[in-house]
Amino acid sequence: MTSTASTDVAKIKKQIEEITRATVRFAGDSGDGMQLVGDQFTTSSVIFGNDVATLPDYPAEIRAPAGSLAGVSGFQIHFGGTEIYTPGDKVDALFAMNPAAMKVNLGDLEKGGLLVVNKDAFTKENLEKAAYESNPLEDGRLKEYKVLAIPITTLNREAVEGLGLDRKAMDRCKNFFTLGLAFWLYDRPLEPTLNWLQQKFAKKPDILEANTRSLKAGYHFGETSELIVNAYKVHKAKIAPGTYRKVNGNEATAIGLIAASLLSGKPLFYGSYPITPASDILHYLSEKKEYGVITFQAEDEIAAVCGAIGAAFGGALGTTGTSGPGMALKTEGIGLAVMTELPLVIINVQRGGPSTGLPTKTEQADLFQAILGRNGECPVPVLASATPADCFHMAVEACRIALQFMTPVILLTDGYIANGAEPWRIPALEELPPIDVPYWTQTGSNGFKPYLRNERLARPWAVPGTPGLEHRIGGLEKQHITGNVSYDPQNHEYMVRLRDEKVNGIQEDIPLVEVNGGDSGELLVVGWGGTYGAIMTAVEQLQEENKPVSSIHLRYLNPFPKNLGSILSRFKKILVPELNLGQLRYVLRSKYLVDAAGFNKVQGKPFQVNEIKQAILDALEAE
Amino acid sequence: MAVSPQIPQLTPKDYGSDQDVRWCPGCGDYSILSQMKKTLAALQIPREKCVFVSGIGCSSRFPYYMNTYGFHSIHGRAPAVATGLKISRPELSVWVATGDGDGLSIGGNHLIHAIRRNVDINIILFNNRIYGLTKGQVSPTSEFGKKTKSTPWGSVDNPVRPLSLALGVEATFVARSIDVHVKHLAEVLEAAARHKGTSFVEIYQNCNIFNDGAYLYATDRSLKFDNIIELQHGQPLRFGKNNEKGIRFKDYHLEVVTIGEEGVTEDDLLVHNEEREDPSLAFLLANMSYPQFPEPIGIFRRVERPSYETLIQEQIQEVQQKQGKGTLESLLYSGETWTVE
Repeated sequence: MTSTASTDVAKIKKQIEEITRATVRFAGDSGDGMQLVGDQFTTSSVIFGNDVATLPDYPAEIRAPAGSLAGVSGFQIHFGGTEIYTPGDKVDALFAMNPAAMKVNLGDLEKGGLLVVNKDAFTKENLEKAAYESNPLEDGRLKEYKVLAIPITTLNREAVEGLGLDRKAMDRCKNFFTLGLAFWLYDRPLEPTLNWLQQKFAKKPDILEANTRSLKAGYHFGETSELIVNAYKVHKAKIAPGTYRKVNGNEATAIGLIAASLLSGKPLFYGSYPITPASDILHYLSEKKEYGVITFQAEDEIAAVCGAIGAAFGGALGTTGTSGPGMALKTEGIGLAVMTELPLVIINVQRGGPSTGLPTKTEQADLFQAILGRNGECPVPVLASATPADCFHMAVEACRIALQFMTPVILLTDGYIANGAEPWRIPALEELPPIDVPYWTQTGSNGFKPYLRNERLARPWAVPGTPGLEHRIGGLEKQHITGNVSYDPQNHEYMVRLRDEKVNGIQEDIPLVEVNGGDSGELLVVGWGGTYGAIMTAVEQLQEENKPVSSIHLRYLNPFPKNLGSILSRFKKILVPELNLGQLRYVLRSKYLVDAAGFNKVQGKPFQVNEIKQAILDALEAE
Repeated sequence: MAVSPQIPQLTPKDYGSDQDVRWCPGCGDYSILSQMKKTLAALQIPREKCVFVSGIGCSSRFPYYMNTYGFHSIHGRAPAVATGLKISRPELSVWVATGDGDGLSIGGNHLIHAIRRNVDINIILFNNRIYGLTKGQVSPTSEFGKKTKSTPWGSVDNPVRPLSLALGVEATFVARSIDVHVKHLAEVLEAAARHKGTSFVEIYQNCNIFNDGAYLYATDRSLKFDNIIELQHGQPLRFGKNNEKGIRFKDYHLEVVTIGEEGVTEDDLLVHNEEREDPSLAFLLANMSYPQFPEPIGIFRRVERPSYETLIQEQIQEVQQKQGKGTLESLLYSGETWTVE
């Protein structure tokens, strides 16, 4: 990009610049519709043929005071003609709807980057709210950026005039003006958004017309106005052939749960209590009644998990989803599912903790809670999704393991991948094998034994309604085989060890972990969960510079893949980047006696690629 | 009519499991267990169709003693477990055995919400007004001032009235009976089983170890006539050894009157109507407490309202009829898709 800086944009000549990738952020009040704009920009980009990664960033307050710093909501999208693993560190273009939005986000804009602002919003009042003593559009402090100060409110009002809308309704469309301008700047098609508007506002023709006009007005403003900088052309990405759709992590999780239900022939039951950032799973599933999905919005987190356990006892695929504080409440229920050995999937969309913490921000600090956080010796398999689309595969995996091993399974995702979107290559039907777990029907000659086990150590799933298999289960210790209540000391230790062995045995049924790069050497970076994109990008970039670094990414955290220990032993140094104070590192050190070092960040934000690169370079240099 | 030899009649004994019953000798729970078996036999509900779900406490051992499906869950959560089970398997007969501590203290929230949703389950609350399994602490139904291990100076907790709570969330079936009043208990349980929607039954149950005699006023032969009033649909509220007393509704209050005194006749008495849509009168009845009033037993309220699991299933069927059943393919390819060659 050029370093031309000017507030007098009229002089800048219009030309098309070809780029391989770009990162754009839209920022405004939490009521300005920035998430919607970002979402539409994403859809248009993937349909155009780019690879994308997104990062919505919004405040916990639904409507913080307009124009205030606390109320700024942002949406970042990184798109390009090459593979995109992260939403990008710095942004190339920032669209700020008011001074506060500009102030909060300006630090992330590249020097020389494009800053588009709504000039009309830079009023005395708004400048005060954003704690600007003078108008930054006039005092010369933006000279490092290419500034496009456009009277968006005014232009938008002109565009939607005559439709009989009041001021407020007119102004509500200005996000689409901004979107239209962004579409023009980056040569995106309008059709996906126009189609979306048609569907969304089919019954509100005036709103449909207003938004359509706003979108087109923004686009045409770019096209016809003399007041514009370079437009960009981002080529299509070389993406593996197949049919794609855009998904965020929560959607992909929900689709995975339904898919597992169809693959296993077991009706899906999803119990949940509203909680950020997991609620969208509930919303998505409540809509999908054509798949026979039962959603139960329970009175609390405890009832949500207990309802799922009750449903599982009745033969359903019982699932529940929440975030950290809700996990804490579900703990006793998960213990019950361990004791009664019923299939159950618990999804934790991790957020910043402890306690209420940072509800809308991301973190990876619930790993200990997932692996260890229950009373008694209470082993639970733990999986973690690496990317938004991977949430689909791991949700199916969580259900498969739960059903095949008759055990609760915890699936960890996080706020970052739950809300972030990427293109998902839809798997062919034959890539999804059936999950064949029939209900038990045999009575046996000596009567039914509810705690007799198969080769996986799973007990039979005999559901109410089956004659001759009447039996009782519960949270009290069970006698081996008969399942009768037992206080016998030897039996208790035997059962504790048996439950542990059952969960460890899952190792035989999960894929080995693959090393990215040489499978021995100087430094191994070990990641898990939603940090995949940042770690992968950093490692690949350094590998291109011939740095001696390899990486693995863990999606199975309890038990670990069978080959993990031997991989770890083949590297001199191990670096574990995590968005916590070192929970995976702690587990790896205790389990494999390796001297793993950590790279830790706990700011409610995902890793940036440059941060990881620096940590790797530091680790390579360290003695 | 001769009974078909292929379908042998189930007897009460058939509903008992092979497990040794481990309640204290003399516990009121034995009587409830035996009336429950009789009720299921009377209704001939197949054993495999019955599920007993419980929480924690003496009463919650109930499922182990029934030769049906059973789930001894965690403290207070039985209504939630039962709700999940019933909405996935509406054809099952689902029962919740709970106590005053389990159902009203730690599990109060779940009880409220199961009832207000009108899930078709039968909740049997064994009310002994004490924590038994943990050996004698005050419970949410213990009387004010009660001295227990945890309240050596007397309880300062105002007790909850279970039936008032259930009526407060508009339970569609509310009843009360007494452990030793076996015939009445069997009738109430049977009515509860027949009701579609949540049936909430409070049973006065004597804990002879930690709270013996809590209901002596209601069970003692010489006392009970003055302290218990049996509700009968369409009948005036009468009680007393010679049925000489009654309940009159006057100035928005209930009062005890004696027939023949001060010109009171049977026509002045409140006539019980369990089918009244408005639960207010039932609420007044539920608040009648010894020693100011005789305490009513029987069915306080029985009204019809669609049950929760039926509404859920109907929504699913409606969508499936309209859109057809979803397939894996329709699931994966829904929304905007594009193809890369």
